Amino acid sequence: MENIIKDIQNRFEVSDIVNQRDNITFVTCEKEKTIALITHMKKNLGFKHFVLMTAVDWIEDGLFQLTYILNNPKKKLDVAIRTFISRENATMETAHKLWKQVSTYQRELKEMFGIDFPGSPRVNESFILEGWNDIPPYRRDFQTKEYAEKTYFPRPGRKTNDPSEYMKKNMS
Amino acid sequence: MTNENKNHDKFLHEENKIREVEAPDGSIIKVDPLNDYFLTDRPVVREPKNKVVEKFLNWARAESLWVLGFGTGCGSIEIPPLVTPRFDAYRFGVQMRPTPRQSNVFIISGYLAVKTLKRVIRTYEQMQGPKYVLALGSCTINGGMYWDSYNTINRLDHFIPVDVYVAGCMPRPEALLAGFAKLKERIKAGRAEGANEYAEKFDWYKANQKKIINDWNMPDYNW
Amino acid sequence: MKKQKNIFNWQADRSKYPEKKKNGKLDIDMSSGKFVKLWQGPNHPGITGNMSLELTISGDEVVEAKTHVGYLHRGFEKLMERRLWIQCFPTCVRMCVAEPDYNEYLLAKSAEELSGIEIPEMAEWLRTLVLEMARLQSLLRTVPGQAGTLSLGVGVQWGVYLRDLVLDLFEELTGGRVYHMYIIPGGVRGLLPDGFKKRMEEVLKKIDEFVKNIENLMFNNIVFKKRTIGVGYIKPSWIDKYGIVGPNARAAGFKRDVRKDYPYLKYNELDFEVTSEKDSDIFARSMVRKKELIMTIDLIRQIMAKMPKKGDIKAPTPNVLHWKIPKGETYVRSESSRGEYGFYTVSDGSKTPRRINLRGPSYTHAISLLERMLVNANIADVHSIMVSLQTCPPEIER
Repeated sequence: MENIIKDIQNRFEVSDIVNQRDNITFVTCEKEKTIALITHMKKNLGFKHFVLMTAVDWIEDGLFQLTYILNNPKKKLDVAIRTFISRENATMETAHKLWKQVSTYQRELKEMFGIDFPGSPRVNESFILEGWNDIPPYRRDFQTKEYAEKTYFPRPGRKTNDPSEYMKKNMS
Repeated sequence: MTNENKNHDKFLHEENKIREVEAPDGSIIKVDPLNDYFLTDRPVVREPKNKVVEKFLNWARAESLWVLGFGTGCGSIEIPPLVTPRFDAYRFGVQMRPTPRQSNVFIISGYLAVKTLKRVIRTYEQMQGPKYVLALGSCTINGGMYWDSYNTINRLDHFIPVDVYVAGCMPRPEALLAGFAKLKERIKAGRAEGANEYAEKFDWYKANQKKIINDWNMPDYNW
Repeated sequence: MKKQKNIFNWQADRSKYPEKKKNGKLDIDMSSGKFVKLWQGPNHPGITGNMSLELTISGDEVVEAKTHVGYLHRGFEKLMERRLWIQCFPTCVRMCVAEPDYNEYLLAKSAEELSGIEIPEMAEWLRTLVLEMARLQSLLRTVPGQAGTLSLGVGVQWGVYLRDLVLDLFEELTGGRVYHMYIIPGGVRGLLPDGFKKRMEEVLKKIDEFVKNIENLMFNNIVFKKRTIGVGYIKPSWIDKYGIVGPNARAAGFKRDVRKDYPYLKYNELDFEVTSEKDSDIFARSMVRKKELIMTIDLIRQIMAKMPKKGDIKAPTPNVLHWKIPKGETYVRSESSRGEYGFYTVSDGSKTPRRINLRGPSYTHAISLLERMLVNANIADVHSIMVSLQTCPPEIER
């Protein structure tokens, strides 16, 4: 594991290295170098299994974090690559040529976060939602409760309690 | 009935747009698929002609409930146990059918995403009357676990008429059997008039449905 | 003499059909009358769960397939962002209906890992037991379910009945029939009830019998063999290309099993061999699942024998109503009956998770792989191929 991290550190200047467990390491890479890093890891370091790809919305910093988790089935190692892209006009280079399933992930991210992957197949087709008119729902500024109350005719009489206060009241 | 869904034009699919087609003899025909390809009559209220005969018919209907095999949510995992030897719903005259045209009971098994709701409405309208809806799980009553979700509906009875609710998350097969017993009682008493209710309050149901289904893309009544 | 043209233009090798245009796209002209669009699902008996396939067919052969999902989307990942960590537990189990316990385990494991909680040994054993029982009940549905796709319904009747017996055991242990919420952060909710071992053994004996019967019913059945051998072939080179995991990869000869490769809980103290087959068709995948069923029965017996009788079942955790998990991120995985099942969890140090993302095996199997596999398949085989991948739609869209 150390050799691999050293190798990609030298080549791609990854930073912020966290050894979460013995066999999984999180690294941060710059946006421009990410796809090159993933290609290098697939072709030369044996990280052949693509585990997942997802985004995290850091709305305070105005950034989306994209996480790619790659797995080396022979050495039984995982490396998770974080990359940060701007929240405004979020676009990222597509990686669909490396693995077939990546285009599905990118379709989901486009729909749920509004991150664009130009060139990815069927990326503009709707994937999960149908006829969605609002901002992409997984963004932090989308308020799901308010949306549901406004749209779906909530049945009157539902009470919501703050769990800790409710417990305090009932336990005493 | 004209296609009034002007707001839904944005989501209208290519094959349903009004277009011009060339006939074999060279003349040009204007085609409006939503009006030309589908029967656009509204549903009508059926009044029983003879009360004694109706009572007999209700008894017959109650004893043969043909359920549509459409698992709309996670409750559908309890349907196989229901129709296999352990709980054996067949002994109560309940059996599964593969198509809406042959069935008269629709089990809404749990939460309904908006995308499924559209298919559910379509399926419900295709079923033969008199038809009954058995709503399964808390999610159909008030949203249940997903009360604050942006993609699941909270109340089913705003979109299609419901005869029996079976509460729980998820209800056991025994609860489902009890739900069927209750449904039979209702049918025998002549109170399961979901299809007529749907026809009476058709405009209200349609308005509710259209409020949340943006991608309407189908005729108003899918008979 | 010129070779006479076949009047029906029949080709033995259909893999090049339909022809491709110069830009690499399929040459499908819907107005030519050669092709028909056929929708399978969501309301269709030949579909696993609530999803649909848009098939373009020519004759009885599929030339293009597109998967449509989203009929079960509830927005779990959004909902969990506005719930406390402890409130996520009853929510996350509903992500996959077929085997809910893996969700509980993975969320508990991520929370424990991020906040540095070690769980007691007894709790680890009980978790292992519950996970294996979940696999058992899932396999009891899917092994005969493969024969069910070919209208051989007897096995399904047996399997669902036995699955009910396993669910009864679950009910005894956890109080819930389908959703258990048994695994909580720091441990589990309870010890085994009295006499549980005996009742478990009774059920396992019945399942032993069932495995013998299913051998004759399915695997020695000429109809089943003819309909499955050579159908739904997955090339070994696709395994990494499409991200295939679990029994589907093992049927192609790849001995990958999270339980062996990345041992979690008590799996390194248990004795088992990773099952595998070579042929990589539907029959091989059924065979792998059957072997897995036998292995699971054996594992449960081992767990019952090796498990200590008493012990602590829960490590102390902070007050869950004010529980803040330190900032960090992790990915944990486990082997469900469908393959690698993982949670990617991000915490920002607040009371609620920042993001929880599920990596379900069906996500890759049912979309990119299925779309590829259905090309040049017969319509009658579509259902079998889909079931042989063991797709579970709720985990695709969450």
